[in-house]
Amino acid sequence: MEHIRTPKVENVRLVDRISSKKAALGTLYLTATHVIFVETAPDARKETWILHSQIATIEKQATTATGCPLLIRCKNFQLLQLVIPQERDCHDVYISLIRLARPVKYEELYCFSFNPKLDREEREQGWMLIDLSEEYKRMGLPNNYWQLSDMNREYRVCDSYPTELYVPKLATAHIIVGSSKFRSRRRFPALSYYYKDNHASICRSSQPLSGFSARCLEDEQMLQAIRKANPGSDFIYVVDTRPKLNAMANRAAGKGYENEDNYSNIKFQFIGIENIHVMRSSLQKMLEVCELKSPSMSDFLWGLENSGWLRHIKAIMDAGVFIAKAVSEEGASVLVHCSDGWDRTAQVCSVASLLVDPHYRTLQGFMVLIEKDWISFGHKFTHRYGNLDGDPREISPVIDQFLECVWQLMEQFPCAFEFNERFLIHIQHHIYSCQFGNFLCNSQKERQELKIQERTYSLWAYLWKNRADYLNPLFRADHSQTWGILHLPTAPCNFMFWNGMYNRFEKGLQPRQSVTDYLMAVKEETQQLEEELEALEERLEKIQKVQLNRTKVKSKQSEPSKHSGFSTSDNSTANTPQDYSGNVNSFPSRSPSQGDEDSALILTQDNLKSSDPDLSANSDQESGVEDLSCRSPSGGECAPGEDSGRDRDSDEAVFLAA
Amino acid sequence: MEFAELIKTPRVDNVVLHRPFYPAVEGTLCLTGHHLILSSRQDNTEELWLLHSNIDAIDKRFVGPLGTIIIKCKDFRIIQLDIPGMEECLNIASSIEALSTLDSITLMYPFFYRPMFEVIEDGWHSFLPEQEFELYSSAISEWRLSYVNQEFAVCPSYPPAVTVPKVIDDDALRKVATFRHGGRFPVLSYYHKKNGMVIMRSGQPLTGTNGRRCKEDEKLINATLRAGKRGYIIDTRPLNVAQQARAKGGGFEQEAHYPQWRRIHKSIERYHILQESLIKLVESCNDQTQNMDRWLSKLEASNWLTHIKEILTTACLAAQCLDREGASILIHGTEGTDSTLQVTSLAQIILEPRSRTIRGFEALIEREWLQAGHPFQQRCAQSAYCNSKQKWESPVFLLFLDCVWQILRQFPCSFEFNENFLIMLFEHAYASQFGTFLGNNESERCKLKLQQKTMSLWSWVNRPSELSKFTNPLFEANNLVIWPSVAPQSLQLWEGIFLRWNRSSKYLDEAYEEMVNIIEYNKQLQAKVNLLRRQLAELETEDGVQESP
Repeated sequence: MEHIRTPKVENVRLVDRISSKKAALGTLYLTATHVIFVETAPDARKETWILHSQIATIEKQATTATGCPLLIRCKNFQLLQLVIPQERDCHDVYISLIRLARPVKYEELYCFSFNPKLDREEREQGWMLIDLSEEYKRMGLPNNYWQLSDMNREYRVCDSYPTELYVPKLATAHIIVGSSKFRSRRRFPALSYYYKDNHASICRSSQPLSGFSARCLEDEQMLQAIRKANPGSDFIYVVDTRPKLNAMANRAAGKGYENEDNYSNIKFQFIGIENIHVMRSSLQKMLEVCELKSPSMSDFLWGLENSGWLRHIKAIMDAGVFIAKAVSEEGASVLVHCSDGWDRTAQVCSVASLLVDPHYRTLQGFMVLIEKDWISFGHKFTHRYGNLDGDPREISPVIDQFLECVWQLMEQFPCAFEFNERFLIHIQHHIYSCQFGNFLCNSQKERQELKIQERTYSLWAYLWKNRADYLNPLFRADHSQTWGILHLPTAPCNFMFWNGMYNRFEKGLQPRQSVTDYLMAVKEETQQLEEELEALEERLEKIQKVQLNRTKVKSKQSEPSKHSGFSTSDNSTANTPQDYSGNVNSFPSRSPSQGDEDSALILTQDNLKSSDPDLSANSDQESGVEDLSCRSPSGGECAPGEDSGRDRDSDEAVFLAA
Repeated sequence: MEFAELIKTPRVDNVVLHRPFYPAVEGTLCLTGHHLILSSRQDNTEELWLLHSNIDAIDKRFVGPLGTIIIKCKDFRIIQLDIPGMEECLNIASSIEALSTLDSITLMYPFFYRPMFEVIEDGWHSFLPEQEFELYSSAISEWRLSYVNQEFAVCPSYPPAVTVPKVIDDDALRKVATFRHGGRFPVLSYYHKKNGMVIMRSGQPLTGTNGRRCKEDEKLINATLRAGKRGYIIDTRPLNVAQQARAKGGGFEQEAHYPQWRRIHKSIERYHILQESLIKLVESCNDQTQNMDRWLSKLEASNWLTHIKEILTTACLAAQCLDREGASILIHGTEGTDSTLQVTSLAQIILEPRSRTIRGFEALIEREWLQAGHPFQQRCAQSAYCNSKQKWESPVFLLFLDCVWQILRQFPCSFEFNENFLIMLFEHAYASQFGTFLGNNESERCKLKLQQKTMSLWSWVNRPSELSKFTNPLFEANNLVIWPSVAPQSLQLWEGIFLRWNRSSKYLDEAYEEMVNIIEYNKQLQAKVNLLRRQLAELETEDGVQESP
């Protein structure tokens, strides 16, 4: 590729930021899609693969005696610190990566070259896995109050909306068009979720163009229509998710919020979620805290507080809880908007739906939820996640926050979700990876123009195929948490820092044994036992029958396969000490933690031996997702040489050498 | 009965009990010598039985004739009683106050408690020093059990039997005792079978300002070193604190006199600093109205997690020196009864698989806390709500349990016990029907005749019906050393203790049950399959036998 100035640099060192052990020596490769670091140590040959699209920032630091340090920060929160011996090489790598990490057109993105060796039919089936019209049917639509509108056929009314939208039956074409002219970017009120138990609905839109006094009859009629579509309630809530001050400032620009005097029977409510710029800098601050080298508890907690991140998460959750209560307990419909209605509105609608409807807490339901409230309603993925070179002020971790809200819920309701934390982490990874076409572009319209479905693959099919990895063993369809509404306690002490996401590549900071993986292994074995039990019972019956008949039959001996027990001590417990000596000066300089190869800290790619280099370079595991190597207990199925397994060897080797 | 005069009103009707997450209960309130009881006298309604000794503080309020007593417990629970009648309310309040602050230990409930269960094994004899020594005896030829402290004369806070190097005789021990704070001469705390290295603990050396030395002391600890090897002395105090201690006759080991030892100073807090930290933490956990920023800043300001981090780090360091450096270690702070024990016991959790089993953990508590002379009576006299700040009250043991929980959270499959076991120990350390945590050391327990007059906690815990509640279903024996992460990101607030009464645990309990179900079902199937396999094998060999002749 023309952008790669130097495809290979030798004698590069990969610095481990957490423990004080020696940096790994290796070779750095730049390919069209990845940055690859291969350790030279003959026994390890550990590899670290980074997709160009994951690179958030590249920082060239001042040259030192040992070389020129290069810091690569990734969007999936991986942090790579390399030291390149020659300044010139470092500069070349830097310049190349700057360009590679910021493609200028969609065609440069990985999904257009990614080929998982599926045929055309399989690909098409993959795209059909999630079907939104089925989802609206599941909600009980259309019905007497709601109908499918074709107003946005060929995106004639609103180019960031999908073509298929549900609106109240009473909303005529005239009302819709009129209302859309009174709303930012013509994003008129449309249905997001319908609660068939009591006819209450969650609708979404952008802000009204009310300025200081403007009003619009059709928009008022539109809200009336939404209210009338819910015979159980004589009012609707209008939830403006912005802080009041921001909404008021918008009035000066001819935008703003609904005046209660002009709309009959609405209850207007501000929620106060900050805008994308505040969120971007909040995440930035929190990540700086994560990057601190051996921070004190106070550094960490103070930094966490100062970042405001958990406050923002709580604000989103509070909004979701408010709407879920309005819909499920008060039976009132809610219209949600922010400014454009594609960031905060998407967050809040999807959190509320998740609280109200257990279907969204299943694997497939969750995919549907993202497809509906995020992808189809024109969340600007390409802008927000910086997939193409563009305005950095458009970038903001909007969906990351939603995923974190889901994780916070999972912590409070451990049996309520069919999927596990890994599912969320892998979705986050792929929102940035551009390996699949789902999250490309800023609207349905753009995706159609790009012919995404014909040219790329769907993430949902991939996740569904590997669903065994994403199941929550504690989920049971008949469990009390599994159906009905989740009543979330929202006191601040219930919100935790999501270590599994923001420090996911710092293996040393994660729990060393995974309860989820252990239980999944147990369940897997249980299933095998059930099968064996059935087989044994059958054979026993047969033999007893045969004996009864005094007919001697030589039974064929086919000893059942012996189950290898799941031992967590195999690999996941293997670990090496951190640098506990901290800044104790009197401690000998040769810290005990030096010199042992704690390999677990960096993502590795183990299956390079794969005969098909193309596949190995492309399959997900290689691209850096497969970090959860502590998935040890699965009935002896650990790939040999998985890094945690190796860890143990090194652990012992060091001990013996001592 | 001697409590009668303290109980001014033994019974009040129409009292309403308020607890978080439970509907209010109306019933009759009764005061007995040791309990506060509220009974609705209806079927299926849980009664409240509260030990007076569990009450940390009470507040009273009056609105007209209705009085309200707010009871704050040592386990951090807060309950509210609405009592009709001002006089009754005042009487009840003053009775509770008197009964919850009894001066004499022998009036405490353990001396009156009669167990309703059958004692299978007397816990008072479960963990004798001799038995614990036996466990090691094959490995330790260089150590002996000394009875120099038989009469508690050499060291009042040590048990009668301690393990010391074989080459040091009792006379030398007596001399060393005069050189160590509280007579706490260095004794064996832990023997690392893997490499024969040891952890010892003691009180600070009494070097004073003029650098006193004690040849026997030097000889004693040098006896644990292999030829040419160096050891580590971990002083849990920062260097300046240790230096200041010299002015009061204390001090630390001088390099000149202990050339084979390298001293490391850490800074684990003690006494009221920890108590204040606990008070602040519990206060902010109970404040449900605050916003996120206030919560985080109060959590930070309480410093509780800072203490956790410091203690864990020191324990990891000790374990690392022992296991990785192959060096013996001596640990002490000032008295050697608080931070010292936190470090020695946590190091064993990290290093020694046995201490992660229920039995082994009980033995650890016995050895490293009770027999080692942690002054439970003083430290656990009051908890987070009491205003009478005494210098010796300090949540040292709770911090230790919290640290264990942190490790358990990081290694959820490596412990035989679960979180409930740790919570139970916390509760009993502060208020209990059992005598185990009474007294400040073995000498006091002996004088109180606890073994004869009270029941041991272990007698109750170690029965199958109780053990099942405390067993971790995920446990898989793990013979490795477990190295926890002590980074702030890896440490969490112990919700099971500090948020226990502030939120419903329903969903977490359900999750736990489900976890147990999954594992139990697997075990049942395993058993069934094994049975059938055997049956089948038998039938098939019978077949073979019948056929062969």
